[in-house]
Amino acid sequence: MAEIHVDVRGETCPVPLVEMRKAVKKAQPGDVIEIIGNNAASKKEIPMAADALTLKVESIDETDGIWKIRILK
Amino acid sequence: MAEKTTIIVQSGDMDKLYSALIVSNGSLAMGMEVSLYFTFWGLLRLQKGGLNKGPLSKMNFGGLGKKMMLGRMKKNNVASLERLMSDFKELGGKVIACEMTMDIMGLTRADLQEEYIDEYGAVGTYVQEARNSAITLFI
Repeated sequence: MAEIHVDVRGETCPVPLVEMRKAVKKAQPGDVIEIIGNNAASKKEIPMAADALTLKVESIDETDGIWKIRILK
Repeated sequence: MAEKTTIIVQSGDMDKLYSALIVSNGSLAMGMEVSLYFTFWGLLRLQKGGLNKGPLSKMNFGGLGKKMMLGRMKKNNVASLERLMSDFKELGGKVIACEMTMDIMGLTRADLQEEYIDEYGAVGTYVQEARNSAITLFI
């Protein structure tokens, strides 16, 4: 049950989605992928992608424009 | 079977190649399969060193407009076409090169960036890919 950190702060479309997908691909079932970024659209779209990949979004937090999304594989 | 996006990349313009690769990478990220069918001016972007050679589709102004656009893209931290292409391949995207265009343009496989290309085909290959696709685009 590893925790994988993906930092896409400063990155714009489509990089946050792509980096999330790469991390999910490499993760093992049970691993948590935590993505941190500040692209506003990605905050909505990463959970959409997780849903499409039938993965569970554990939490979505945001402070001062920086969001953090945790996905369980 | 996963849902699929199939795009005909007919234009060799830089901005249109961006559109094609961004939609493709978004599709892959959201769990779809993707096939890109490069034909006509689009195929020229698969020549060795050709990925960045396309002009802007509008306001290119002999390359000056493109230069300005690239500057603005860099300022906004937009990924390069190389990066988008390498992500595309890493996420399992498929590239098909149109053989008829190769004949017309006098290009051989050795002229093309072969590590990008998964298959060489004609219209039948495209139709076979597109008939089961949820998203099909012509760019």
